[in-house]
Amino acid sequence: MNPPVKEGANHGLHAPGSDPLRNIWENIRACMQCGTCTGSCPNAAAMDYKPRQLWRMVQMGLRDEIFASKTFWLCSSCYYCTLRCPRGLPLTETIGALKRLAVAEGRLPDNKSAKFYLTFMDNVRRYGRVREMDMMTRYFLSLKNPITPIGFAPLGVKLMVKGKLSLQMPRLFGAGKLDAIYRKVKELEGNA
Amino acid sequence: MKYFYYPGCSLEGTAREYDISTQAVMRALGVELVELEDWTCCGASAGDVISHLLSMVLPARNLAIAERTGIEADMVIPCSACYLNLRRVEEQTRRDEQLLQKVNLALAEDGLSYGRNVTPRHLLDVLATDIGAETIGRRVTRPLTGLRVAPYYGCQCLRPYGGYDDPEQPTSMEPLIEALGARVHAWSMGARCCGAGLMTTKKAAALTRVQEILHAAQGADCVVTVCPMCQMNLDGYQRKISRMEGKDLGISILYLPQLIGLALGLAEGELKLDLNFVYKPELKSKLQGSSAPASL
Repeated sequence: MNPPVKEGANHGLHAPGSDPLRNIWENIRACMQCGTCTGSCPNAAAMDYKPRQLWRMVQMGLRDEIFASKTFWLCSSCYYCTLRCPRGLPLTETIGALKRLAVAEGRLPDNKSAKFYLTFMDNVRRYGRVREMDMMTRYFLSLKNPITPIGFAPLGVKLMVKGKLSLQMPRLFGAGKLDAIYRKVKELEGNA
Repeated sequence: MKYFYYPGCSLEGTAREYDISTQAVMRALGVELVELEDWTCCGASAGDVISHLLSMVLPARNLAIAERTGIEADMVIPCSACYLNLRRVEEQTRRDEQLLQKVNLALAEDGLSYGRNVTPRHLLDVLATDIGAETIGRRVTRPLTGLRVAPYYGCQCLRPYGGYDDPEQPTSMEPLIEALGARVHAWSMGARCCGAGLMTTKKAAALTRVQEILHAAQGADCVVTVCPMCQMNLDGYQRKISRMEGKDLGISILYLPQLIGLALGLAEGELKLDLNFVYKPELKSKLQGSSAPASL
C-alpha cells in the first residue's frame, strides 16, 4: 500500500521509499483518529496541533505543517499515549523519529530544544558522562542569547551551594572518550 | 543478594543524595552492589534525538561492561530515564537481530560485546519485588508513625514496559511505605508526568505539570520519588511556583531510599537529607518525634 500522495508538489510526500517520512508514515498508518493519545497527553494544552492531529498530518503527508509545528518538541516522553493506543502504535518512538528527522534536515522552528540535545550528546562524546556545568555553559553559548541563562541562575546557585555542581575545568582539546564509538555509529548509519 | 550498580550521570551530580542513600540502604539490607567500572552515560533523552543507533549503543555499552565481568547478576538502576534506556535496548534487540549486530559492531570499537545476558532492573522493582516490604519492615528500628507519604512514581520506571507494577495505577511503593510505619497519601497523581526535560526547553509547560502535582500533594508530609528528574523538578521549582501562585505549596521531596533509611535508623547525614533543597520544619519535627527507638 502506498502512502497517500497529496496533490501539488509543495509539501506532499515524494516517491514512496525514497522519503524518510515514509518510515514514520508506516508506523502510524493504522491510526484511526480516536484521540486517546490527545486525551492522555499531559502537554496537549500547550501544543499548537494536538497529537491526534499530528498523526493525521503525517498520514496526509503534510510535511511543511508537521515541521512547522511545535507539537513533537513538547513531548516529555511519558509514554501514556503508547501505553493506551488501542491500535498498539509506537507513538512515543515515532515522536523521537520526527525529532531526529527535524534535526537531520535542519527543520527547527524552535532550535532551543535541538541545540540542547546536540550539546548534551557532544558532552557525552567528550567525557563519557554528562558534566552538567560544562554542558549547560556550552548550551547557553550555543544559544547566543544572554537572557536565557538568567532564567536558570536561581537553580544553578542553589545547586552550587549544595555542592552538586562539579566545577572541574573542561578539557577543550584532545580525544573524546567515546570518539571511536560515535564515529562507528555514524559510519553504520551512513550504510543503512 | 548481589547486583550490578549503574548510578548514571545525575547521581554523580544533582542527585548525589539518591546515590548515597541508595548505597547506604542496600548496605543496611545486606545487599551487595557491584558498581560498573568505567560506566558511561546512557544517552538520556537526547541520544534518541540525534541517532537511534547511538541511543542503543550507549546503554548497551554499560550492559556489555557488566557481562565482561562474568558475574551473574541483574543490574539495579535508580534513575528512571537510565532504566528505560537500558531496558529499551534489551526489548528492541530481542525483536531485531540486525539491530543487535549493528550495536555489536559499534561496541567492538571499545573491545566490548553485548549478548543480552544482564537484565536491567529499576531500583523500585528490586526493593518491592526482590527484597520486599516484609523484609524491610523487619529491619525498621524507627517507625515513621504519624507520617503521611505521597508515593510519586513518575513515568519511565513504569511506562511503556511495566512488568513489576501497573503502568497506569502503580501501587508497588504502598506496602513499602506502610512497612516503614507511615501512611499512604491517597492521590491520583502518582504516575503523572513532572514535565521532565521540558523544564530546560519548554519551561512554562513543565511548571504547569509540577504545579498540578504539588497541589495534589497538599495534606501529605512528604512526597517520595524514584527518579532524579522528578525530584529536581518537584523540589527545585516549588518556591518559584509558590511565588507565582501567591500560595505556599512547599513540601519535602525525598528519594524512596532516604525514607527507608530513616526508618531503618540510619542517620540523616548518611542519607544526605541536607542535599534536598526543601526540608520542611514540619517534617523534621515529625521525624524527631518518631526518633525514639521502637519499644518492643
